[in-house]
Amino acid sequence: EGHIQTLRLDCVEYVKLLNKYAEKKSALGTLYLTATHLIYVEQTNNARTETWVLHHHIVSVEKLPLTASGCPLLIRCKTFQLLHLLFQRERDCQDVYQSLLRLSQPVKEEELYAFLYNPHQNEEDRRQGWEFISVANDFSRMGLSNDYWEISHLNKNYEICSTYPSILGLPKNASVAVVTGSAKFRSRGRLPVLSYYHKDTKAAICRCSQPLSGLTSRCVEDEQMLQAISQANPNCPFIYVVDTRPKLNAMANRAAGKGYENEDNYSNIRFQFQGIENIHVMRNSLQKLLEVCSMKSSMSDYLTGLENSGWLRHIKSVMDAGMFLAKAVCEERASVLVHCSDGWDRTAQVCSLACILLDPYYRTIKGLMVLIEKEWISFGHKFSHRCGHLDTDPKEVSPVFTQFLECVWQLSEQFPCVFEFNEHYLIEIHNQVYACQYGNFIGNCQKERLDMRLHEKTFSLWPHLLKNQHLYRNPLYRRSLESTVLRPSTLPLHFKFWCGMYNHYDRGMHPKQSVLDQLLSLTQKQEEGERTMTELQRLAVADGVLPDPSGPINTPTEQDSPSEKTPTAPFVQSNGSCLPLVNGDAEEAGPGAEKCIDKEGAEPGATEHDLTSSEDKPVSVETEHSKEEVQESS
Amino acid sequence: MEFAELIKTPRVDGVVLHRPFMPTVEGTLCLTGHHLILSSRQDNTEELWLLHANIDSIEKRFVGSLGTIIVKCKDLRVIQLDIPGMEECLNIASSIEALSTLDSVSLMYPFFYRPLFEVIEDGWQLFVPEEAFKDLESMTDEWRLSEVNKDFSVCPSYPSLLTVPKDIDDESLCKAASFRHGGRFPVLSYYHKKNGMVMMRAAQPLTGTNGRRCKEDEKLINATLCAGKRGYIIDTRTIAVAQQAKARGGGFEQEANYPQWRRIHKAIERSNVLQEGLIKLVEACNDQSHSMDRWLSKLEASNWQSNVKEILTTACLAAQCIDREGASVLVHGTEGTDSTLQVTSLAQIILDPACRTIRGFEALIEREWLQAGHPFQQRCAQSAYSNGKPRSEAPVFLLFLDCVWQILRQFPCSFQFNENFLIMLFEHAYASQFGTFLGNSVAERLKLLLSQKTVSLWSWVNRPQELERFLNPLYEPNNLVIWPSVAPQSLLLWEGVFLRWNRSTKCLDEAYQEMVHIIEYNKELQNKVNSLRRQLAQLETEDGPLQTP
Repeated sequence: EGHIQTLRLDCVEYVKLLNKYAEKKSALGTLYLTATHLIYVEQTNNARTETWVLHHHIVSVEKLPLTASGCPLLIRCKTFQLLHLLFQRERDCQDVYQSLLRLSQPVKEEELYAFLYNPHQNEEDRRQGWEFISVANDFSRMGLSNDYWEISHLNKNYEICSTYPSILGLPKNASVAVVTGSAKFRSRGRLPVLSYYHKDTKAAICRCSQPLSGLTSRCVEDEQMLQAISQANPNCPFIYVVDTRPKLNAMANRAAGKGYENEDNYSNIRFQFQGIENIHVMRNSLQKLLEVCSMKSSMSDYLTGLENSGWLRHIKSVMDAGMFLAKAVCEERASVLVHCSDGWDRTAQVCSLACILLDPYYRTIKGLMVLIEKEWISFGHKFSHRCGHLDTDPKEVSPVFTQFLECVWQLSEQFPCVFEFNEHYLIEIHNQVYACQYGNFIGNCQKERLDMRLHEKTFSLWPHLLKNQHLYRNPLYRRSLESTVLRPSTLPLHFKFWCGMYNHYDRGMHPKQSVLDQLLSLTQKQEEGERTMTELQRLAVADGVLPDPSGPINTPTEQDSPSEKTPTAPFVQSNGSCLPLVNGDAEEAGPGAEKCIDKEGAEPGATEHDLTSSEDKPVSVETEHSKEEVQESS
Repeated sequence: MEFAELIKTPRVDGVVLHRPFMPTVEGTLCLTGHHLILSSRQDNTEELWLLHANIDSIEKRFVGSLGTIIVKCKDLRVIQLDIPGMEECLNIASSIEALSTLDSVSLMYPFFYRPLFEVIEDGWQLFVPEEAFKDLESMTDEWRLSEVNKDFSVCPSYPSLLTVPKDIDDESLCKAASFRHGGRFPVLSYYHKKNGMVMMRAAQPLTGTNGRRCKEDEKLINATLCAGKRGYIIDTRTIAVAQQAKARGGGFEQEANYPQWRRIHKAIERSNVLQEGLIKLVEACNDQSHSMDRWLSKLEASNWQSNVKEILTTACLAAQCIDREGASVLVHGTEGTDSTLQVTSLAQIILDPACRTIRGFEALIEREWLQAGHPFQQRCAQSAYSNGKPRSEAPVFLLFLDCVWQILRQFPCSFQFNENFLIMLFEHAYASQFGTFLGNSVAERLKLLLSQKTVSLWSWVNRPQELERFLNPLYEPNNLVIWPSVAPQSLLLWEGVFLRWNRSTKCLDEAYQEMVHIIEYNKELQNKVNSLRRQLAQLETEDGPLQTP
């Protein structure tokens, strides 16, 4: 508590935090405002509850009409948390209201939390942290450069396209003239470039923005660019061009000199609309969904509200488009070029989803980081605008990234064993995107981030997530299933409402016992058990209770990979997989035991980076301390 | 044998079977008195054995001389049979229709089924009222077992033995019975050990339009109250429906006559409405051409999820009155054989950890459904594909199982059984080789001599070999009252039943196997650690203290 006291800007006593479901239960507490957090502390007989809310997470503060019991203040968060506070004095309420308005809507980037936050790392750690996830490495993982594709530095000064990354994957036979010419014919210079190369079929997913075709314009270089993409795939004579927008929207754009590809002008393309709605429709849809979530409604009102929000319809449209891409690549062996208007919202959703469907790597904890870094951050999804980090145009805000995470969640519901991570991971990433505690999601494109010198002034989120990966692991993950392309059902009845996200803070709605938590704790117990077992076995061998391991017993150390990291505890694997016990019980080995080496082989140690264990300030948490703890700290 | 008359064509070759998410099978179709069998006569192809009783309805189509029969089953599965030959197809179809709608209970399969296993523990003797009463006697002496209904003349739908307050004599019971619909006077349903409160159930009182009253009925239920304490009457109908019932001789307890009771009305739908809901829901689930909006709107229109919510809410209310308010409760609707039983049985699952074990749940179904006179035969005569005019069929029991599944989903570690157990019960309630769910009451079952002539479902289920499939690997006995959330977000569509045939379960099965594997591996590891520890400790005592390397 002393900690809070020193940091506080403001403190109001006798504030009530109203509980939506049990008003009687609401107790009195104290509200603190610090430079970064709103903290509500409730002290009941023997427990102390702290609710921390990061200012950046606050999306709106609303003063409700005065009631007999006090002045209510409603705080809505980007994490879908809803705080209903009740002040005794109108003046306190007004003060807090004013402060929160100011604190929750910073005007300049430098005011964002990430520029203050220091997880006590030195510069070397910081540098390593930023280098940990590399898009270039992912290109090599896909097999680039090869006969058809190469990594190009044409955009190294962001001159061809200011919102693209500095390195681009391009067809080998596209000349510089074709590349620059094509860029000029694409909205904001976002020319067709490689998003994902599928080694097995040699088919590629490429992305761009809409062509500046208007009603009649054409561009030879752009046509040649598509031709080059097509020629880069020897397995299929045509490419799909997927416009993810509804046809009507695309046609409307033609009047403004933009539009879509005319099949007559491009040889061997198959053009296709996908019908994903724009950012404004999505924003309104989420708004409606959240209204439904926060109401105490009948089943019928809830289902009608869910339908009217259109949210699941939009999720399905993104999933359908992702499926189309994946199918084209793996079944027809056809390359696909994807765009929407600017190619940084719907295009990012669809490309990244297709990557997850096609490539098991992106279903791992690290793989998802790489995917987000590649398709979202480096390709210029405008996180600052879409998340409303700063007090800017509210019409730019849209839950595009949230929808992507939800699609991944929907997949994990249909395929419980193919993701290395669990639901907590997706929710934590979502919280972090909005928290601005780390620098990854600040700015709208790579160039902006470079100009802000984010790598020098802020820290990267990924090492932090990796350090806590035990929380995010899916105990049911089975590497043996990793090679499969996912073919989810996209029938409407297979889409569910994501209670864990949109009603995350309504704990009462969630299952009271969690299978996931239960299994996670078992996995932990298992690791401890295996450690103890090794230790005991060593003692037993020393005592002659067990024969020497050089005998017929399979000890893990022998059959394990040469890159064994922790010789003192050969049972423990970073992926938590089980290894044979003794007496040849090898068939009992757990998931993935046969494959202990990380797929990336070369760098199993990457997960072991010495990421200085610093006490991180919670982004938004509720903690409960026992009385003893509280007394000790005060 | 009269089945032979119904089977004009017992065998057709070259029949093709289509099932969702399974490869088609070509083979020989055979009809027996109780089964439709399709066999490819190849070693590794699965044969289809379908009980005629499981067939809800069929449709036939012809393209040239190729006939197609769509068979819609009570367990919601839909299969398609392509049968070469118009005449064969027509014969098969008419036989299936006749054999799946046999009128006489004694012609049903359970009377012909001979188990291939040895019955070790006879399910018919497993849950007798005397045993349940012994348990009660160990906790309280306020109750007695009455034989007033020995010959089922006081109440034809009640069992012969009933638990009633000790101070109420049989004569009073008879009078109270004449004041309740179908003679279903208030009897004990559940005794809450924690605070001695009770839950009773009955049918509606026959107050009629002129406000009839019955002193014995009043005395009977008042006998369950502690001095100075009020009780709650939970009427599962809305006040409007209860008012209307007066015109037909029914009604509800007037405050003036039951001053110690507070009456609460809830809105659980009557059975014919539930049946419509089931038909609509299954139709929505089976139509793959829906857009998202249409699916959600059809789901809403079926009202199924609303019914689940209402039933669970009422059960929570009953449990809350007992556990939180420390009050006794009387539950009834109209007949006291449907919504009443949903509420009393679910409340027990919430309150009583014993009901969450396999044996306890079986006992609950015996007590609160079979012996309490839920008319299974009538209610489960048809399922979601019934196209005739509904008579008395209704998915009352299925809704109860759905509610149990909702609680199980919210408390996945508190039940000894898993989802498969609930699905199995749903299947057997609608079509079975066992006699357990035949008949509508104890009296009917006795008359049919079920316990002599058929095998009990429990005799089969409780065999260790079978039980294994139904055990919940996550189970850890939990002695607490478990309060489920009834927020709409917390109640999901029961995919295990309603989407069972519309999805591939491969990935979900793998996940389940993986979970079992993790849990078992862990247990084994802990055992090995412990045994090695013991061995070492033994050595230590023999050799003196060890030098740690």
